[in-house]
Amino acid sequence: MALIELQDLSVTYRTAGGDVPAVRGVSLALDTGQTLGIAGESGCGKSTIAAAILRLLPRSAKVGGQVMFEGEDILTMSWGKLRAVRWAGASIVFQGAMHSLNPVQRIGKQIAEPILLHERGVRPATAAKQAAGLLEQVGLPGWRAASYPHELSGGQKQRVMIAMALACSPHLIVADEPTTALDVMIQAQVLNVIKDLVEQRGISMIMISHDLSVLSATCQRLAVMYAGLIVEEGPAHEVFTGARHPYAEALAWAFPVIGDARSRLSPRGLGGDCPDPADVPPGCSFHPRCAVAEPECASVHTQLWPAGPGRVAACIRVRPGSAGEYHGTSVKEEEDAPGEAVS
Amino acid sequence: MTALQPGARLEARDHLETEGPGSSSLPRVLLVKIGSALLTLFFVLVFNFFLFRVLPADPAKNLTRNNALTASQLAAINKTFGLGRPLPQQFWNYLVQTLHGNLGRSFVNQEPVAQLIGQRLWPTVLLVGSSTVLATFFGVWIGIRGGWNRGGRFDRTSTAICNTLYAMPDFWLGMVLLIAFASKIALFPTAGMHNPAGGGTGLAGLADLLWHLALPCTVLTLVYLAEYSLVMRSSLIDELGSDYLTTARAKGLRDDQVRRRHAVPNALLPSITLIMLNLGFVISGAITTEVVFSWPGLGQLSYIALNAPDYPVLEGTFLVFSAAVIAANLIADLLLTAFDPRVRNA
Amino acid sequence: MSAPSAPPAQPAARAAGTAPSARQIARVRRRRALAGYWREYRKDRGGMIGLVILLALIVVALAAPLLASSSGLNAAFATYPANAGPGLHYPLGTDADGRSVLTVLIWGSRISLLIGFTATFLSIVIGGVIGIVAGHFGKVIDNLLMRVTDWFLVVPFLPLAIVLAKTLGPSLGVIIFVIGVTSWPGTARIIRAQALAVETRPYLERSRALGAGHWHLMSKHVLPNVMPLLLANTILTVAGVILAETTLSFLGLGDPLRPSWGEMLNEAFFTGGGAAGNQLWLLAPGVAIIVVVLAFTMCGHALETVLDPKLRER
Repeated sequence: MALIELQDLSVTYRTAGGDVPAVRGVSLALDTGQTLGIAGESGCGKSTIAAAILRLLPRSAKVGGQVMFEGEDILTMSWGKLRAVRWAGASIVFQGAMHSLNPVQRIGKQIAEPILLHERGVRPATAAKQAAGLLEQVGLPGWRAASYPHELSGGQKQRVMIAMALACSPHLIVADEPTTALDVMIQAQVLNVIKDLVEQRGISMIMISHDLSVLSATCQRLAVMYAGLIVEEGPAHEVFTGARHPYAEALAWAFPVIGDARSRLSPRGLGGDCPDPADVPPGCSFHPRCAVAEPECASVHTQLWPAGPGRVAACIRVRPGSAGEYHGTSVKEEEDAPGEAVS
Repeated sequence: MTALQPGARLEARDHLETEGPGSSSLPRVLLVKIGSALLTLFFVLVFNFFLFRVLPADPAKNLTRNNALTASQLAAINKTFGLGRPLPQQFWNYLVQTLHGNLGRSFVNQEPVAQLIGQRLWPTVLLVGSSTVLATFFGVWIGIRGGWNRGGRFDRTSTAICNTLYAMPDFWLGMVLLIAFASKIALFPTAGMHNPAGGGTGLAGLADLLWHLALPCTVLTLVYLAEYSLVMRSSLIDELGSDYLTTARAKGLRDDQVRRRHAVPNALLPSITLIMLNLGFVISGAITTEVVFSWPGLGQLSYIALNAPDYPVLEGTFLVFSAAVIAANLIADLLLTAFDPRVRNA
Repeated sequence: MSAPSAPPAQPAARAAGTAPSARQIARVRRRRALAGYWREYRKDRGGMIGLVILLALIVVALAAPLLASSSGLNAAFATYPANAGPGLHYPLGTDADGRSVLTVLIWGSRISLLIGFTATFLSIVIGGVIGIVAGHFGKVIDNLLMRVTDWFLVVPFLPLAIVLAKTLGPSLGVIIFVIGVTSWPGTARIIRAQALAVETRPYLERSRALGAGHWHLMSKHVLPNVMPLLLANTILTVAGVILAETTLSFLGLGDPLRPSWGEMLNEAFFTGGGAAGNQLWLLAPGVAIIVVVLAFTMCGHALETVLDPKLRER
């Protein structure tokens, strides 16, 4: 049984201007100890998925499908059970730690809060000590527990968020753009912290980012989202270096790898913007921006077709019957270590 | 400027934000603030002097009782108050006198103004203090409850009532309550602070005092409560969309825990700032209520002096009211600097 | 949603074949912006109710001679019994002089509105000028003006108004002056903050580089941009001014010959007629004040919301 399985998850926001479908049917699965990256540009629905997993969406959001966590559907769980699962079963590292921490409460108290909430009979002093210990694991001195959020830098705050996410030893961590607002040097540090902790504790992780290179370096598998749907999924290294869906390919090339002659000599960009969720193009939603689009793309109903061992892609170029059809099975093969960046 | 005027929230934010962690030490900041307060007080004295001694065509007439004065009487007054002397010297005399607590004598009964003020200070403080405490307590509670479930029935009702209370002349509310509960139904006394026949001592005296305090205190509490609850509600609504509340919910906290532990402490800060910065004004806000209920405080004193007219007393009460605001603002400012973790110099 | 702004389409003049002048383009743009604001304003139910009430009030005040003969104000000719409850010719009862309360109420609306508008005008002009000047010149002048403003903000309104009114003598003009002179600080602060924001905009710098003088900059650039906020502030100030006037009249600083609603309350309370005889004499002006102040407040808030989208959904 998979640790977490999203089954045809859909999220529609009810706004004054009408219904906006942010996520239009996403299915993903993750086993214990695995790491999955979800990539895509802003507005494609990635962060919505993160919030949906723990049922943190506003009341104006209509959620469909199922989020099976350790065998139970989070979306229909009782309120009490949900609160128990939150943080102790799965926790989130939010993007923009600038505002995700309570400005008038000390860091240590905020980290200790879920510990005191979820573990019975823990004394505040013990929880405080655990909080200090967590801070040290993410590379911050224990005395920082007495600091207020505004006294920390961006990178430090993000590490506090990571420490906080680990507080109840969850089985799953969802990291939503954990390094987006940080300098490159700090980014590397924070990513290493995440990688090490996840490996040591055997925690499953879903990392969400628009930076494909970061995801390919940190996660085992990679899923690329566009306009509320998954358009490609597979082993991270393979998707990054040899994407089958034109959008995934464009995204990979948008993040040149330092030292890689190929990306230096042929920089490519992708014109246009992500489609407005309320006004998605018919057929394959990517076709207006696609360099290899064919006339059929404007009307075809795309789905995730097999595109390699343990890979799927939603492009007619890998559709059964086309030239790029994959003839093997799509069953996932043995996992390697998370892919390394091409150097 | 009341807490609900558009600029007020700007004020509070300004106040909180400009006091950023700087290189100035705490004693230095204290000194600057106290100095600033004293400077303001000084200008109040200047203003007082200007209005009562300089402006009137014949200050002597204002200092006595407008009765027909003989030349020698006039000369005597001029001598006592030094009115013939050059202005700077007059001002200096005035300053010295005031700082020694000599605020002149009342026209009406020749008592020292300072003494009159001293007698009437406690009733006003009692009335205003009790109202403020009750109003803060209930106002904050109502504001939180309304703001958290914004748009709900409690919110809509309480906001409508508070807006109406805020639009009401406070003395009118007093009059209505007076007629309803003291005249028509003799539930409460119609005037005064104590039973003229002697309220008794000890517990009986206290009961009598409370019985007299009930109506005026209710009026002021309702009036202040309206403002405080609207401010608190506004403040909480400001916090509602914040990211740290999502974090709190993600941790598995119940709704009321999220509200109590995270939303309210953050919302409380700007509201308490506004409430405290307005604290000084509540003392003079009681003037009309004291008049309606014949409460023997500073407000009623001002009113009597107004109609006499008793200029020394008016001067004196104006000084006291202004000083109260300046002092209250200073204390509020210092307390807030001490309590906001973002503002405290580490 | 940002402030409604339509892309400047071609003004009508172009259809006639002539190039539109800058002024024409500006006019069309302004008209479109105003239409947008009105559309937004209409969505605010409180604002619409307030507007209706205010229009009704202005109609009543202007039409006072038609609604109730002015001779009804003359105490000497009053024939009705004093302090009587509601009757056929006096639906709200009579006052201590035997006048119909309704008549006095209707005519009182004129006084209350007159004081309200003129004192507000005075306050807005002073506050606006000080705010713009402080924001424009900055440094020493700003510091000085703000110190003065702060002083006025600290000094409590009622004692200040009392001592001013008493030393300057009782009259309508003095009341207007006193209220106007004590209400401007709030406006000054807000306008200064806005002016400071406007001063940093690029077109002011360009204007200055082109040699624009202070007066030109302040009147042609800063003022129009500050105007919407000033307008919203004005409406909210009127509410405060009406309450202030009511309080001052109640304390006996008003003009008894020209009864505003505050004056009515003063007489009703202190002659005892309101309490013992005709309670409507006490209730009616109070209710009228509440309704009018609420109307101004709702309009003012609606206007604020229209002009500053961040304040929406309050």
